[in-house]
Amino acid sequence: MVDPVIASRLQFALTTIVHIIFPVMSMGLAPFLIYFTWKEIRTEQPIYEQLRRFWTKIFAVSFVVGTVTGLVLEFEFGTNFAAFSRTAGELFGGPLALEGMMAFMLEATFLGIFVFGRDRVSDRLYLLSSLAVGLGTWLSAVWILIANSWMQTPRGFEIVVENGHRVVKLTDPLAAYLNPRFPYMFVHMQNAAVESVALFMAGVAAYYVFRHHVWGYPIQHIGFWEKTLKIALVALIITAPLQVLQGDAYARHVAETQPQKFAAMEAVWETESYVPEYIVAFPTDLNDLLDPRTKDLFGIGIPGGASWLASGGNAEATIRGLESFDTRAPPVAIVFWAFRIMVALGFWFILLAGWGAYRWWRGELFDDDLLHKALMASSLLGFVAVEVGWIVTEVGRQPWVIQGVMKTAAGVSPGLTATEATFTLLGFATGYALLLGLYTYVVGRIIRAGPPARDDLELSDHAESSTSEVSTSG
Amino acid sequence: MVDIDALAAEPLFGLPLADLWFALLFFIFGMFLFLDGFDFGVGILFATRDDDHEKEQLLAAVGPFWDGNEVWLVVFGGALFAAFPAVYANLFSRYYLLMFAILAALGLRGLAPEMYEERADTRWRRFWGSAFIIGSAMTPFLLGLFVMNWLLGASGLITPAGILGGLAVVALTVVDGAAFLGLKTRGSLRAEASTYGVRAALTYLGLAVLTLETAYATTPGLRASFRSPFVGLLVITTGVLTGAYVVAFRRRRFYVAFVTAAALVFALVGLVATLMFPYINRAAGLTVQDAIISTLPLNLMSIMASVLIPIVLGYFVVLYAAFSGPVEAGETY
Repeated sequence: MVDPVIASRLQFALTTIVHIIFPVMSMGLAPFLIYFTWKEIRTEQPIYEQLRRFWTKIFAVSFVVGTVTGLVLEFEFGTNFAAFSRTAGELFGGPLALEGMMAFMLEATFLGIFVFGRDRVSDRLYLLSSLAVGLGTWLSAVWILIANSWMQTPRGFEIVVENGHRVVKLTDPLAAYLNPRFPYMFVHMQNAAVESVALFMAGVAAYYVFRHHVWGYPIQHIGFWEKTLKIALVALIITAPLQVLQGDAYARHVAETQPQKFAAMEAVWETESYVPEYIVAFPTDLNDLLDPRTKDLFGIGIPGGASWLASGGNAEATIRGLESFDTRAPPVAIVFWAFRIMVALGFWFILLAGWGAYRWWRGELFDDDLLHKALMASSLLGFVAVEVGWIVTEVGRQPWVIQGVMKTAAGVSPGLTATEATFTLLGFATGYALLLGLYTYVVGRIIRAGPPARDDLELSDHAESSTSEVSTSG
Repeated sequence: MVDIDALAAEPLFGLPLADLWFALLFFIFGMFLFLDGFDFGVGILFATRDDDHEKEQLLAAVGPFWDGNEVWLVVFGGALFAAFPAVYANLFSRYYLLMFAILAALGLRGLAPEMYEERADTRWRRFWGSAFIIGSAMTPFLLGLFVMNWLLGASGLITPAGILGGLAVVALTVVDGAAFLGLKTRGSLRAEASTYGVRAALTYLGLAVLTLETAYATTPGLRASFRSPFVGLLVITTGVLTGAYVVAFRRRRFYVAFVTAAALVFALVGLVATLMFPYINRAAGLTVQDAIISTLPLNLMSIMASVLIPIVLGYFVVLYAAFSGPVEAGETY
């Protein structure tokens, strides 16, 4: 049997890691769906209807799985982290309730119209529904990130002892809910969602474009995939550089407000100045893989880079080392390597965007097989970047569940037994693996089936594809 | 600017906000049980269909609604957390395994229709069709068991009154689902739905009375609550509503049957709330007044809820108006 504290933490980690995929999919797809719907209604070009219908299918499946997994998360605060819920509920429960009332309701009710109602409602109401769904997904993130960012940089409360329990009392709502971390988190998260979906779209489209243009396969609806690739590339060109710029500001804010997390991100154990930032790092000793220390690393480092990052431009700035904190460091290896992976991916996406833009400008977008392969290989890397980003955020703040106020171990339900916790952990591991498998299978089928067929339309401007007998659709 | 000190000093307009949140909580739960209840009922009635076309009609009938309906449960969880965090923490960790069973059943129910539509081959459809039926029956059963345990302050997961209560809620969702199908289908499907609905209504009435008797007999601490005049009134109302439901179906007044089903759900939720009050967590000895959050966040949440709940109800009017009337040919899930 696993210790209830460890089992609860593993369970929460597992359920969040799987859950985040689906909101990222819906938050990222939302602006595309609004754009497709708007263009469909404005231009009446059939390709936009196909784009809208195709990506709505993926949105709908993601939303269903997201609802199921999200409900689990909401309930897990009560089931596994009852002590935390009791202590912080007055401040933390509000945003969750408002997420339900303000955001999730908007998204879920109008999704019914958006998915099923194209022939039932007017163009205007239909377009409004797409906006409502999109607004709902984004507002959801507002409330969830208000709750999460408060745990990272808690403000606007006092601690009172009530019936022998330490309880957080709200004293200043504006300070609490508009706490300093929130804007950094929100912008970084939303941009990440759009970027991840852009990469996913580009990867899927590149697959068909590559087979058609490079390998010469006759592909039905090739015009659909060419359009998809272009739209996705535009989104990637906008989001990729922004993501790294915002990430830089975010990291600086972490250095100011959660110095222990920042030290773990950079694996700085002793307080030092002029700390390098390793983009690629190799431990000189294999032990350093599991216990990285910047001074023992060999790699491509920017001298003074970490100091520069932490201070906002001073390469000689001092970074406080992990040894100097009263609390034990978070698992440094996880935070350090997750941060490296995220940063490396961020730069890779900029490279991809630039490469795609260059080929497009030269008129060779559909001919560069290496670019298409790179896009295909990167189609899921946006999601990987989101996952490792959250690992940096959540593992990096340990041992605190509320920074400086409550330790994670103290937040677990007091009455929870090891048997119960182990049983549900195993149940979730199995259930979530099946869920993820099913989701992948369904999305795979949607992609293989291609855009919804419309016999009355000629989508392709390529003569050869219209006469093809081999088709990937259906 | 908002005057924080004034908001922190006393409840808005001197209103009994703790009691109002207790009522709001049960209203939200009632909305969930009524709205998602007909999804569950349709899911259970799915078991009575052999014809593929009829199965499609059942799925198409609930398709646009179920996601929005289920969000009421999310809002219930959030509102309980926000207004009564100690109760949320205590209840959810007390009935730990039951909560996870509920989540598993809800997950199965949510996933099944989406998967069912994904492939047309027989084995796949039989599997996900069964998953849809099982999830639709298990969810209301487990929720009924949970709410009964909560009301009785039970320490274990399984109680006789809890099991009876669970079965009663299953019957109630069939009542609700049949009434919904009365509005959304035509012809023989509609006629059969009314037959099942009438049987379910009579079953529900029997089970509800049996549940109350068992609760009274097994939980001495609750007996005082039974003396409230509202309890008798709500039981009589339930009897009258059941009769009205049966008559409405006989006269083919499907809209009346649907409204009656809704009233039956709210009568049950009102009965549970009346029996529970002034406690909100009998097992932990917490009354509504003990468990409520402090005044400042309570006032803020009250302002937000009083603005948002009417807006949310407005969304549902738009949604249900857009999909009013029977399912049209060609509409699929």
